[in-house]
Amino acid sequence: MSTEIENKYVIFKLCKEYYGIPIDNVLSIEKTGQATRIPNAPNYVKGVINLRGEVVPVINLRKKLGMESDDSYKNSRIVVVSINEIVVGLMVDSSSEVLEIDKENIDKPPANGDNQFIEYISGIGKTSDRLIILLNLTKILEY
Amino acid sequence: MDLDLNQYIDVFVEEAKEHLQSMNEALLDLEKDNTNSSLINEIFRVAHTLKGMSGTMGFTHMANLTHEMENVLDGVRSNNITLDEDIIDIIFECFDALDYSVNAIATEGKEDEDDHKDLIHKLQMTLDNDKVEQSDIHSCHDENNNNDNDVLDEYVINVIKEANSKGLTAFKINITLSPKCMLKSARSFIVFNTLESMGDIIYSNPSAEDIEDEKFDLSFSLIIVTKLEEKELASALDRISEIDNIEITTIDAAGILENEQNINEKTHKDEKKLVSAPENHSKTDNRSRDSKVGKTVRVDIDRLDNLMNLVSELIIIKTRMDDLSETSNIENMAEAIEYLERITTSLHDAVMKVRMVPIERVFNRFPRMVRDLSKELNKEISLQMSGEDTEVDRTVIDEIGDPLIHIIRNSIDHGIETPKERIKRGKSEEGTVILKAYPDGNNVVIEVVDDGGGIDFNKVKVKAIEKGIITAEEGDILSQEEIIPLLFMPGFSTSDEVSDISGRGVGLDVVKSKIESINGSIEIDSEMGKGTRFIIRIPLTLAIIQALLVKLGDEIFAIPLSSITEITSITNDNIRDIQGQEIFLYRGKTIPIVRLNEIMKVESANEIDEHVVVVVRKGERQAGLLVDNLLGQQEIVIKPLGKYLSNIKYLSGATILGNGSISLILDVNSLI
Repeated sequence: MSTEIENKYVIFKLCKEYYGIPIDNVLSIEKTGQATRIPNAPNYVKGVINLRGEVVPVINLRKKLGMESDDSYKNSRIVVVSINEIVVGLMVDSSSEVLEIDKENIDKPPANGDNQFIEYISGIGKTSDRLIILLNLTKILEY
Repeated sequence: MDLDLNQYIDVFVEEAKEHLQSMNEALLDLEKDNTNSSLINEIFRVAHTLKGMSGTMGFTHMANLTHEMENVLDGVRSNNITLDEDIIDIIFECFDALDYSVNAIATEGKEDEDDHKDLIHKLQMTLDNDKVEQSDIHSCHDENNNNDNDVLDEYVINVIKEANSKGLTAFKINITLSPKCMLKSARSFIVFNTLESMGDIIYSNPSAEDIEDEKFDLSFSLIIVTKLEEKELASALDRISEIDNIEITTIDAAGILENEQNINEKTHKDEKKLVSAPENHSKTDNRSRDSKVGKTVRVDIDRLDNLMNLVSELIIIKTRMDDLSETSNIENMAEAIEYLERITTSLHDAVMKVRMVPIERVFNRFPRMVRDLSKELNKEISLQMSGEDTEVDRTVIDEIGDPLIHIIRNSIDHGIETPKERIKRGKSEEGTVILKAYPDGNNVVIEVVDDGGGIDFNKVKVKAIEKGIITAEEGDILSQEEIIPLLFMPGFSTSDEVSDISGRGVGLDVVKSKIESINGSIEIDSEMGKGTRFIIRIPLTLAIIQALLVKLGDEIFAIPLSSITEITSITNDNIRDIQGQEIFLYRGKTIPIVRLNEIMKVESANEIDEHVVVVVRKGERQAGLLVDNLLGQQEIVIKPLGKYLSNIKYLSGATILGNGSISLILDVNSLI
């Protein structure tokens, strides 16, 4: 049972690339709604949203990963994740599917390249038709 | 061998804690009046009950320790041992050990490794000294070996009584194994297993562990609670080989009492006194406990939290309906909503009350602490407590203990002088620490007052300059009021010598941040030579508060009403700029101005001449918050911003408004 879940990933799109995060960290996927700005927070914190009575911070993942962002995309989704007792919504361009990626099809992240982006990556998943960048949630949610 | 006693651990821990608390109280009283035999009896009774309880649960270390305590106390009762300070100290140590063990059991589910050898040795030494060794070793011997005449304790009797009331029967089973039996523990394991499938084994003699270690001869006895008949038990046991003899007797709780009395008479004379006396006590005790049972229910805090959340939701929807009724014109709507409001308010109050516990829970550990400290420091101190029945929210109780310990330690260590010094200053030899709690509006106030030396403000100043917290020039112009906050700076301690009790570097700054984390505040009032007063103010409830909603640009923020003193308006002419700090004069006081829109990075509205000022207070200090607009007062439910945003400045949480949008709650403390 547990092995089955371990290699399932929620896949979403940012710019032109596909990204994945382990499915057991994902609580839900929401449409974007009205977010309340948090003053004095880092620029990638979009604000907090009301998720069925709970206050959940939302991170603009494009900004966090150093990509351009103008804050509004039609198909934007919020992937609500939970790790180490932290619950956060990740704003992504669009969320498409759940994929199974076996361990043997996951490569280590490229060792070279000095930009900060590399440390947010836990591996590269290979499927028949594309590459999926697997994200290291713990690193991303480090404040 | 695993007797399934886990289900009783909670009951065990709860009961043991209650017993320990009464032991603590009796001990403290005993120290003041060491001739009071009823107190000795009380402590004896508790030790005896604990021995039985822990023995039943297989916590042998605890059982052994309480057993030795019993011996010593019995010696005291029969005047073989004179009760002096040393003995009371040893008993206090035993109490600590027991307290520790119970806590370990509560968290680990099993007993800790410490077998209290030192303490047991100390206790035995006391006995030796007073030459009652003979009789006591004898009685000890008696107890360990009387397989037939096992004395049932209150705990087991209670379980049996309860079982009886549920229609279950308790059987006492004596098993004698065949002398040819090779693996006695394995054989008895089969017996236990067989019986466990049929009911609950609540007692065994010797204990399960001893049986497992083959620390028994050929026979052992146990008590099982089951709904089955005697015959069924017998036939099941008959199927096990290598058993010579099975005796099954039905027991009912009433019978046991009698039985027990009889057995006691047969055993040692001392032993008789030992058991029958507490027996009387326990009866009266049971009665008094019965009267309480009807009034209280233990409820899991999670369930209460859940209830609380539901009430919160109700309040949110009520607010929403309020909004709706203003826009729609349905008749009777307002009336219905008013009714709804009344109900939610009372429901809220009711739920809050359920969560309230008397502050006694925190206070009751202090008499002991003060006693220990005064001994250690050779100071004479009397602790006076009042308002122990003041009720505060459960979550507050958990948080307030450590800060109070720290303050009281401070008062005793740094505040109260040595007896010599006190006499020199014309004070009574004995120092006084007063601890009082009382409700004050939506707050509870806790005061810690001592009649010690007070705070030496010059010393504080010098120290602060020494530590580089302020410069010498700044020091010269500081008033007494301005010096007090220095005490709360991290790493500040005025005591010249760092003692074991306080002044370990964790100082009042920790106290302050802890109190502020539950939205409380702390003030100090001190007079040189006369004493110091710490005033702690904590909110009654943490989850739902009254707040003022204000507007900054398009955004709505909430300011807790409890920290607002006034609302006024000023024009640009009223604002003075003093070295970069804007202030205004209000009611003869200069109040610093905080431009919220700058702090909150809100596009400020066009330059206007008149500003709305919300004057907020934190202790003695005030500040005027400039806002764009006032929206009104509302009951809000505080929601945490979550771990991810826990470092955000100036905000203490968020709340959900009637229309579902989120408004942020300003942390007034950090704005001043």
